[in-house]
Amino acid sequence: MAELVTFAVAAVLISVGGLGVIAARNPVHSALFLIQTLIGVAVLFVVQEAHFLAAVQVVVYAGAIVILFLFVIMLLGVDKAEDLGIEPIAGQKPLAAIVGAALAAAGIVTVVAAVDGATGVAAAPGIGENALDNRYTDIERIGRVLFTDYLLAFQITAVLLTIAVIGAVVLTRTVRADDLLDDLDPVTMDLASLAPAGANDGDHQALADETDHGEVV
Amino acid sequence: MILGQDPLYAGDVWDALPVTVLKAVAAFAFLLVAVMLNIWFLRKVISDFQNRVGPTIAGPWGILQTLADGIKLFFKEDLVPDNADRFTFKLAPYLSLVPAFLTFAIVPIGGDFNGDGSRDGLVTILGKDTFLQVADPPIGILFFLAMSSLAIYGVMLAGWSSGSKYPLLGSVRASAQMVSYEAALGLAVAAVVLQSGSLSTHDMVLSQSAGFTSWAILTTGVVPFVVFFIAGTAELNHPPFDLVEAEQELVGGFHTEYSSIRFALFFLAEFMNQITIGAIIVTLFLGGPQGPSLFLPDGWWVGTIWFFLKLSFFLFAFVWIRATLPRFRYDQLMDLGWKFLIPLSLFWLILLSGLRIGDANGWGLGNYVGWFIAWFTGAAFLAGLLSMAVKAARVERLAEAAEKEASRG
Repeated sequence: MAELVTFAVAAVLISVGGLGVIAARNPVHSALFLIQTLIGVAVLFVVQEAHFLAAVQVVVYAGAIVILFLFVIMLLGVDKAEDLGIEPIAGQKPLAAIVGAALAAAGIVTVVAAVDGATGVAAAPGIGENALDNRYTDIERIGRVLFTDYLLAFQITAVLLTIAVIGAVVLTRTVRADDLLDDLDPVTMDLASLAPAGANDGDHQALADETDHGEVV
Repeated sequence: MILGQDPLYAGDVWDALPVTVLKAVAAFAFLLVAVMLNIWFLRKVISDFQNRVGPTIAGPWGILQTLADGIKLFFKEDLVPDNADRFTFKLAPYLSLVPAFLTFAIVPIGGDFNGDGSRDGLVTILGKDTFLQVADPPIGILFFLAMSSLAIYGVMLAGWSSGSKYPLLGSVRASAQMVSYEAALGLAVAAVVLQSGSLSTHDMVLSQSAGFTSWAILTTGVVPFVVFFIAGTAELNHPPFDLVEAEQELVGGFHTEYSSIRFALFFLAEFMNQITIGAIIVTLFLGGPQGPSLFLPDGWWVGTIWFFLKLSFFLFAFVWIRATLPRFRYDQLMDLGWKFLIPLSLFWLILLSGLRIGDANGWGLGNYVGWFIAWFTGAAFLAGLLSMAVKAARVERLAEAAEKEASRG
């Protein structure tokens, strides 16, 4: 009973959110509807006793990914309602309908074809006992599976993420003259770090120190 | 099982309803009163630091000042700027307030954790055995992390929907800061989880119930506590991390355009968060509601008294820091988070994991010394690499910029 009520509420949340994402005219409102959908899915995970997935759903998707979406929307200033009359790619609407229908069909076929219905347990043999051992909570089970059956995949993912982080840093690193302000010698207006050793000794350095103090006061 | 290991939910769910509602209402009322006193406390202590007297008029020692301010805010005119996105503008304060309140639900605020396993934090309310916390979900502390990442939305959307540039700048700063410090916060929590072997806050307190020496602040070696305290202050956007509402630069930051009751809701959320973070620190690192029963008769209320004593200490510490430390510069803030706190807590987590493996495998003294040397060498090596990379990038950047300057003539 309680499960049914929770499911009904969550289903309405998810469906309304999903429709809102595509129907809202303002991208920020779309993002808000997306959060609603994600939280609804988290509620469903809790009903299925997949507590860890529910937490991850909120922390990672609602807490990080949609935040990034919003960041981009706000900073790029695309937070205005767009004119949907103009089609940037010719013929994308019928194509989108076809691909959407194909995806929905594939999903339904997968669920129906799985012998055990929606869980897909029998359709995926060899997942092993670790994944379905009822003696442990879901968090312990995920841990066991990750660090035994899927250890290699787990570590490869870690390497992949590290590469992605380094790539992001390399791609976004730009040089602006503003970056140098800290390094400018206030007297000579030279870059101190590029000057040969000893060039800033003596009077120049003393003068520079005084100006520094003067600025602080 | 959905609602955790609380024995209240072992039987019929509807039977448990009155106690659940009672606990939720009590927690909410407690938080409201605590916020009121907390704001008064903050103003009084800061006044002392600054050699003033602070509020004195409303009530004894001005204790009702917050109440008076709240009533005043209620009756002020509620403005919505012309440029504002009306729906989001009105929604944002609630997005701040709700996570702030929900987080408190997982904090055990009392119970008899005497370490002998007789009661294990159970109390009896309306004839039912239960824990003295609104909820004890199996994901426990992850719930806290989830709520703190949702709290960003309130700040972010408030700034954006105001349709004004200072709030927008404030909210961009806030989101970048909160996202950055969440990583350090999570790693510090992971150290405690490693020690307690469970995510549930009740289990965490239970694992620290064998007296003072079993508190996680000692068993995890102080470092995660310090990291959590710093990152927690940053999550609160409190000084010295209050770039979000730096008055000198941004007027009032994300809530510049808010007035009346909506502003009051942000204010409420901010101080509720302060209490919640303090309560979470007490739960994670200081054994929650544990302490010797002293001269009082034994009972669960002893735990509650200890909990509030510890919480008050942290609330004082927050005010102390607020009154004494100057604000960080933005690049210092990011350097502290990314280049210091995150690597430090990561290395510390690796050290603790090694020690856990040692415990499980019965290492001798030699193994421990060997592990410590290996860990130290590895950490020093990686820290060296990091600082070399930072230096190399800096030299390269300067050279590139100098070239640009030269070509510009």
